[in-house]
Amino acid sequence: MINVIWLAMILIGVTIASADCLLDFVDGSILWSPTMEPLVNLTSGVFDSVKFAVTLAIGLVGIMSLWLGLMKIAEKSGLINIVAKAVKPVMIRLFPEVPPDHPAMGSIVMAIAASVLGLGNSATPLGLKAMQELQTLNKVKDTASNAMCMLMAMSTSSVTLIPATIIGIRAAANSTNASEIIAPVILATGISTTVAIIMTKILEKLPRFRYPDTGEESSLPENQQNPSQENA
Amino acid sequence: MFETILNVISALAIPLIIVLIPLYGYRKGLKVYEVFTVGAKEGFDVALRIIPYLVAIFAAISIFRTSGAMQVLSWIMSPLTSLIGMPGDVLPLAFMRPLSGSGALGILSELVKTHGPDSTIGRMASIMMGSTETTFYVLAVYFGSVSVTNSRHAVPAALTADLAGIISAVVLTNVIFG
Repeated sequence: MINVIWLAMILIGVTIASADCLLDFVDGSILWSPTMEPLVNLTSGVFDSVKFAVTLAIGLVGIMSLWLGLMKIAEKSGLINIVAKAVKPVMIRLFPEVPPDHPAMGSIVMAIAASVLGLGNSATPLGLKAMQELQTLNKVKDTASNAMCMLMAMSTSSVTLIPATIIGIRAAANSTNASEIIAPVILATGISTTVAIIMTKILEKLPRFRYPDTGEESSLPENQQNPSQENA
Repeated sequence: MFETILNVISALAIPLIIVLIPLYGYRKGLKVYEVFTVGAKEGFDVALRIIPYLVAIFAAISIFRTSGAMQVLSWIMSPLTSLIGMPGDVLPLAFMRPLSGSGALGILSELVKTHGPDSTIGRMASIMMGSTETTFYVLAVYFGSVSVTNSRHAVPAALTADLAGIISAVVLTNVIFG
């Protein structure tokens, strides 16, 4: 899936930029006007954005370390297990493959709580932590498990209580009631989370998305690491 | 009132967590400083591990955006979106949102500036922005960090959820503020 989307985005983009180099579309008529500008812009755009990708990743180190450090304390002290126990009835339905007492459950709860509270860039490290816990349970390491897909879907659709950035933009533009969007956003994200959960549960059963049969544990790709093995 | 409570919660959440977790650990007899640094060390690994995935996804998104493919897509889809009551101006935001957070934020600021934050378009764009996520970024980072390349049904499920968020935003805006 991601292979096709990735390739299609590149192909379509380069094709359109090339066409734009040769032709101009003005009021429904096509004019012949050769210029190299669209392709030149495309190239510099790619270079800028890959540079930004690395800057972004390096920028994550600080906040990532802060959260992973705190999470380690929460884990070793048993705090995460307390949190996980509190929401156990819901979690075992959403993540039936994860043993209820596994550290992954606590991490998932923390990750989802962070995105609900709108902790923004704190949600990412906690989500990654949860992914790594789930990877320790995953039998085919290069393939997403049902639980991983559920975590992904819930993280990208999660209920948002306070869309702080958006309220800020509205306030800056002199809105008479910048935060009037809070209730609709809570409602809309509630709907999208429901859809995410239902869709994940339906799609995971389809033959085309079937999880490969196990027996491949010994043939992991060479770059497999197991970052949370000390939790075992 | 509700709003004030939410604002207080969001301001307090992180400081409270930063205090309570180490305090709890200390009471349980943990060497909190040492344990923290052991966990924190992983932060560097994770950040390094996601770089290739971020580069791949950012390169493709950049090509798609700067080429004007986004506008072409919006133009093709516009007859469909007008059916559900979405003004054409909001459509580029709907397409940009799953791809690029900063791109979507740019479009939102632009829409709010041109049409006003309290216009239908301004409200719809704000609600839509709040109801959706930068799905492809999250996907690249989350799966990249554990070297998962076969994402199975994660993309269709997450995109359907985004679509549900977008449609809900349009309908709710038209119902509440229409």
